[in-house]
Amino acid sequence: MNQLELEKIANTIRKETISMIYNAKSGHPGGALSAIDIFTYLYFDEMNVDSSDPEKEDRDRFVLSKGHTVPGLYAVLAEKGYFPKEILKSYRKMGTILQGHPDIKKTPGIDMSTGSLGQGISAAVGMAFGAKAKNKEFRVYTMVGDGEIDEGQVWEAAMFAAHRKLDNLCVIVDNNGLQLDGTIEEIIGADPLDKKFEAFGFCVIEADGHDFGSLKEAFAKARNVKGKPTAIIAKTVKGKGVSFMENNVAWHGAAPNEEQYRQAMEELEKEGAALCQKERR
Amino acid sequence: MSEGKKIATRMSYGNALVELGQEHDDLMVFEADLGGATKTTIFRDAFPDRHIECGIAEANMVGVAAGISTTGIVPFVSSFAMFTAGRSFDQIRNSVGYPHLNVKIGATHGGISVGQDGATHQCNEDFALMRTIPGMVVICPSDDIEAKAAVKAAYDYNGPVYMRFGRVAVPVINDNPDYQFEIGKGVLLKEGEDLTIIANGLLVHAALEAAKMLEEDGIHARVLNMHTIKPLDEELVIKAAKETGKIVTVEEHSVIGGLGSAVSDVVCERGLAPVHKIGVKDVFGESALAEELLEKHGLDAKGIYQDVKNFLEAQREA
Repeated sequence: MNQLELEKIANTIRKETISMIYNAKSGHPGGALSAIDIFTYLYFDEMNVDSSDPEKEDRDRFVLSKGHTVPGLYAVLAEKGYFPKEILKSYRKMGTILQGHPDIKKTPGIDMSTGSLGQGISAAVGMAFGAKAKNKEFRVYTMVGDGEIDEGQVWEAAMFAAHRKLDNLCVIVDNNGLQLDGTIEEIIGADPLDKKFEAFGFCVIEADGHDFGSLKEAFAKARNVKGKPTAIIAKTVKGKGVSFMENNVAWHGAAPNEEQYRQAMEELEKEGAALCQKERR
Repeated sequence: MSEGKKIATRMSYGNALVELGQEHDDLMVFEADLGGATKTTIFRDAFPDRHIECGIAEANMVGVAAGISTTGIVPFVSSFAMFTAGRSFDQIRNSVGYPHLNVKIGATHGGISVGQDGATHQCNEDFALMRTIPGMVVICPSDDIEAKAAVKAAYDYNGPVYMRFGRVAVPVINDNPDYQFEIGKGVLLKEGEDLTIIANGLLVHAALEAAKMLEEDGIHARVLNMHTIKPLDEELVIKAAKETGKIVTVEEHSVIGGLGSAVSDVVCERGLAPVHKIGVKDVFGESALAEELLEKHGLDAKGIYQDVKNFLEAQREA
């Protein structure tokens, strides 16, 4: 899929994500907006998946270890046809298949229940190891937050993945620089991320998490790595696409009010219109 | 009962894994560098490619097992009770229990009979922790025969199972041709009408011995082996409460939250009988020989006998 098409899809996903969180009056917009371009790239270009057969044995898997940013993923799954878009309105509401955090049992297309940070990456490692054990070709992708990597379990998983030479595993670090209570530098400095993952036996690739050209290059490179897992450190902007949410820690886990919602949608509509203009040119 | 034949249920775990491994290619064992103690090295020797060392990283081990179970492999996660139910509670709850994945947890070194390693390694809380997780099966077998049967039943069951095994050798008590293991079905070991002793794990044997001593005093105790703490055999418990009027539970676990609590829930909700819980009384263990600790905590035949006598006395006065 070409870059412009991906950008248009991501713009739609951003609007839907903001609407879902506004509708639910709760959710985590900041980290969802930082991750949406990557979700979009994974499902519309990179991964071998079939929305008409979500549990196909040989499909690629994606585990959203930073589970709280799932509204962005739900919107991608709906766009991809895993379930009707209409259902997005039920996010976080009684009886919904779209829980506050990913649920493998309730939502078609969700490959693992996550939410308690640090756990998704281990499950992804287990899936990648399962592929090796069963001589299957599928690849496993997982996204961790740069705050989430405070969890020791992330590094236990990293050691295991490298030890078992899981070159079918691709860990994406959503490096937006903010966590719940402040910047990662204020909370517990995690840099240098690249050196850390390298020391843990990973092939490290840096990418711009909002540039589909850069993502394409990074994922292509990752697919060719042999004998070790890959970590793509994706530089992102928390709140990307909504001016007042960008790089603002206050939008980690807050829903917009009516006026903020209107402004956010206006900005995203404008961006969408600009993309359509670009297409006509 | 075979006189003198003793085997630790952790050994039974290792042996049963080998037998299962011969039948089933999809079984894998995950170990956190305690294989010499959990006895999964027996499996490693037989199936080196299916014995996966995870290093001293139990949280990740549980998560890896959860993930691999979604690819159709049946993982048996092995470590001490303290480091599975204890250290990895969140992982077992959220990565295994919540998605109801087909992961089996083989937890050895349960209870104070761990002995000289002391309180840090003596897990008296695992039944309580594990049974609060919706959909989790919790089993504590009483001897070699039952432990092996439990491991096989766990494999055949589709969903998460927690099994607790012990460190010390215990007598074989189930070597009779009629013995059958079914998850969630307690076993009547001795008839009686004056009270019912409901026990599990290595204390089933002690409970039987205590019942013998009570017989000599003219007290006829029914003895039930409740190897499955969850789902509890409510029918058997209710029947016992109705027919014998008094219940005593015996477990190598805190009196808070374990078998005694599970039985109390069933009996008290229906107002059927007083329940007296014998177990570790809200204290930590310490370093000593297993038998010394069991005696100190009143968890040997003599201690159980005396405790039951006191309970019956108190009931008469009440």
